[in-house]
Amino acid sequence: MARGKYDIKAFPGFLPMTILCLVILYAPLVVVTIYSLNDSNSITNWEGVSFRWYADVFTGPESEKFKVAAWNSFTIAIIAATVSTTIATLAATAMVRGGTFKLRTVSFGLISLPLMVPEIVTAVATLIFFNSIGFTRGYLTILMAHIAFCIPFAYMPISARMQGIEDSYEQAAMDLYATKRQAFTRILLPLMWPGIISGYILAFIISLDDFIITNFVKGAGVETLPTAIFGSVKQGIKPNIMAISTMLLAVSIIMVTISYFVSKSDNTK
Amino acid sequence: MAAGAASGGSAKSDTYAEARTWLLLPAWAVLGIFILTPVLMMLVYSFLTKEFRGGVIWEFSFAAYDQFFCSRGLFGDEPCAIEWTYINIFWRSIWQAGAATLLSLVIGFPTAYFIATRPEHVRPIWVFLITIPYWVNLLIRTVSMKFMLRDQGPLNDFLISTGLIDSPIHIVNTNFAVQLGLFYSYLPFMVLPIYASVERYNFNLSEAAADLYANKMTTLRRILLPAVKPGVIAGCILVFVPSLGSFLAPDLLGGAKNFMIGSLIEEQFKGNAGNWPFGAAASMILLTMVLIILLIFARQQAKTEKGAG
Amino acid sequence: MKTLLKTTATAMALALAANAASAEGKLVIYHWFEYIPQELLDKFSEEHGVEVVMDTYDSNEALLASLKAGAIGTYDVAVPGDYMVQIMANQGLLDTIAEGELANKANIAEEWADPSFDPGRQHSIPYQWGSTSFSVNRDVYDGEINTTDILFDPPEELSGKINMLDSQGEVLAMASLHMGIPQCSTDRDQLKALNAMLQDAKGHWASFNSDTAKEVLVSGDAAVGQIYDGFGAKAREEGANLEYAFPQQGYVVWMDNVVLLKDAPNRDNALKFMDFLLKPENIAAVSNYARYGAGVTGVADHLDPALATLPESNPPADAGTGVFIEVCDQETQAVYDTIWTNLKK
Repeated sequence: MARGKYDIKAFPGFLPMTILCLVILYAPLVVVTIYSLNDSNSITNWEGVSFRWYADVFTGPESEKFKVAAWNSFTIAIIAATVSTTIATLAATAMVRGGTFKLRTVSFGLISLPLMVPEIVTAVATLIFFNSIGFTRGYLTILMAHIAFCIPFAYMPISARMQGIEDSYEQAAMDLYATKRQAFTRILLPLMWPGIISGYILAFIISLDDFIITNFVKGAGVETLPTAIFGSVKQGIKPNIMAISTMLLAVSIIMVTISYFVSKSDNTK
Repeated sequence: MAAGAASGGSAKSDTYAEARTWLLLPAWAVLGIFILTPVLMMLVYSFLTKEFRGGVIWEFSFAAYDQFFCSRGLFGDEPCAIEWTYINIFWRSIWQAGAATLLSLVIGFPTAYFIATRPEHVRPIWVFLITIPYWVNLLIRTVSMKFMLRDQGPLNDFLISTGLIDSPIHIVNTNFAVQLGLFYSYLPFMVLPIYASVERYNFNLSEAAADLYANKMTTLRRILLPAVKPGVIAGCILVFVPSLGSFLAPDLLGGAKNFMIGSLIEEQFKGNAGNWPFGAAASMILLTMVLIILLIFARQQAKTEKGAG
Repeated sequence: MKTLLKTTATAMALALAANAASAEGKLVIYHWFEYIPQELLDKFSEEHGVEVVMDTYDSNEALLASLKAGAIGTYDVAVPGDYMVQIMANQGLLDTIAEGELANKANIAEEWADPSFDPGRQHSIPYQWGSTSFSVNRDVYDGEINTTDILFDPPEELSGKINMLDSQGEVLAMASLHMGIPQCSTDRDQLKALNAMLQDAKGHWASFNSDTAKEVLVSGDAAVGQIYDGFGAKAREEGANLEYAFPQQGYVVWMDNVVLLKDAPNRDNALKFMDFLLKPENIAAVSNYARYGAGVTGVADHLDPALATLPESNPPADAGTGVFIEVCDQETQAVYDTIWTNLKK
């Protein structure tokens, strides 16, 4: 694709913009990382480098709570993102490849509904709803609420991507006697992949980050990372929260690195 | 015409028309039970009488909507005049969310485009680079953002040391800080849909345009943008709508001196007011407003697709 | 994709298994965030063989909202503040503790044995008490601070550097003290004057923040901050040159209380827990942790000696009187709600 001086893809200024974007995204996290190493009890005063807050996360009085909370958060985020992305992919196929039909607008409204209702309203309403059908609050209620409100976040990138794919590919496949199912799984899905991954990631981070709804539907004794962290923050942000955040960053970076090398070795095969 | 070709006239595609009910069923079921039912309950609540300090009394009442639109003075005994308080709160929120969306678009579009034009095997890395910060809790990110922007914070220190400014710029507790916070809260929701669209874009079209002596900006505006429009619209919706109802960034970075829609509604359920019907009514008004905006979007999109196809 | 599905299935199975664990003797506490040391809960579990489960809330109103949305009947005890005890009792959310059900009831300190918010302690026992006033950064201002003028009509140096709690009750109670009017006034002129005074005062304020009330003082972002005494002490101990004020016009006093909730699923264990907290050595552990006062006799021996000399909890002789936040009737409350909305519109 080397086109010498005139690269049709390159726009001057886009690279600086990207760098600016990354700087804005990461600068506050650098602060978090630095202050996780602070020896002080406070986050605003600097008293020298120490790893004691990392030790505190694993051995402190709250270590058990954070361990369980992290486990809950990640299992919920993975399940919720997987289920909601699947639902959103199916729905997007119907909405974009299903021709014109009466319920199209209504369906679009329904899918974007979780975006439009302020979280606190969904939270209170969902709590009343669960209570009125006699459902005990706990892990399952959090999971179900998360699956529901993750759907639009997964749906939007997936449907945007699908709108950009010409259906002539599938038509061609079907002209060559592929069934609809084959056209979907062999042609459309692979083309959809970047959209699906985008949707999955958005659903995942939305679930991982949710506090308001989770706090209302979680019931006694079931914590997620945001609810556990929010609790600690109320008494002033302690450096152990910064340490947890830094470790989460580290885990995510390690996972990305591994996936990069795995995909690379896949390519070389 | 080129735009029509790029978007493939996809609105007309009916490849999976006969299966659509089955494809949509899971979404209908999940959203119907866990979102629509609670929302309908709230709709009912907005027409009920408020119970003092939270809760509702099952008697029909229009009081919540009356409170929203009618100003009756401090003691509630004057004749109805137009109530500007809540309209202003809504207007302020729309303005802030709009500015944050614009900011996200201006920075997010070039970023998404840049990522989508990298070699294929490094694109996922870039995508992850954008989303890694979101593994850290929103509250922590917002507090750190505030720390960065303080008068004596790293940003001002840096700018002063480079000699760009003499005295600190006051950012915290301003509207700009709120927009920056909202931008920071929702940036990936702009970048990823646009990325997914641009990634699909067929650059032969740009080349064809260049061969016809279109300059780069013309190519961008006339060929690329129409082709990736669905992604841009999806991104704008995903940033604008959640920004409207959010209250963490406005509270922490804006100083919470003025209500935003989110904090106003929050206050009705979790604050001193304990006025559930009013909170429900304000939510319903917000919902209606957003629904209208989205429908206009959808209609417009359908129209251009039809025209182009 | 396959690996993803596999991971998901495994995660689901494990999560469900983890959820199935439960015990017979249980106690479900609905408590503020970070307000009881884990060691104390462990001690109670051990002594009585009861599994303790705790859920948390972040404001009195959030507690009320959650219980009214149907959570009542799933918790045994909660820890509402003074005025909220009264509200919850009025709303029928509390169970009555019969005479003789609490063995250690006599340990309640005399001044807290018959409080206005729960006459005769029918539903509650004392947990912790303290005050809400404000701290001033002495590097910025060295004049007289024991006056509510600091918040509502501040001197030049402090204007624009004030953080208020984002809490209607605390702000309006303080404002009423400043003006010398009742907290639940029905006098129209007084209410109009209160509304006007707050509109003027808002021009001097930088922000409303409860979550970071301590941080803004420590970092110096605010020179004056409305704050609870325990937080004020922590902020000072973290190095800021702060002084906690006891205004002559008066200041807000609060007391959090352990209440027995209606339809408590483990009522007996709830009473055991209340008796446990009425023992001086146990409640003193809470005080040492949270830095607030206990309402039980005999705690002094078990307290951290530093607490006794804490300037934040030892008002000077000439300080004004501390008052509880009052509970207004519905009609009056509506006016105060409007004043608050006007302030933040």
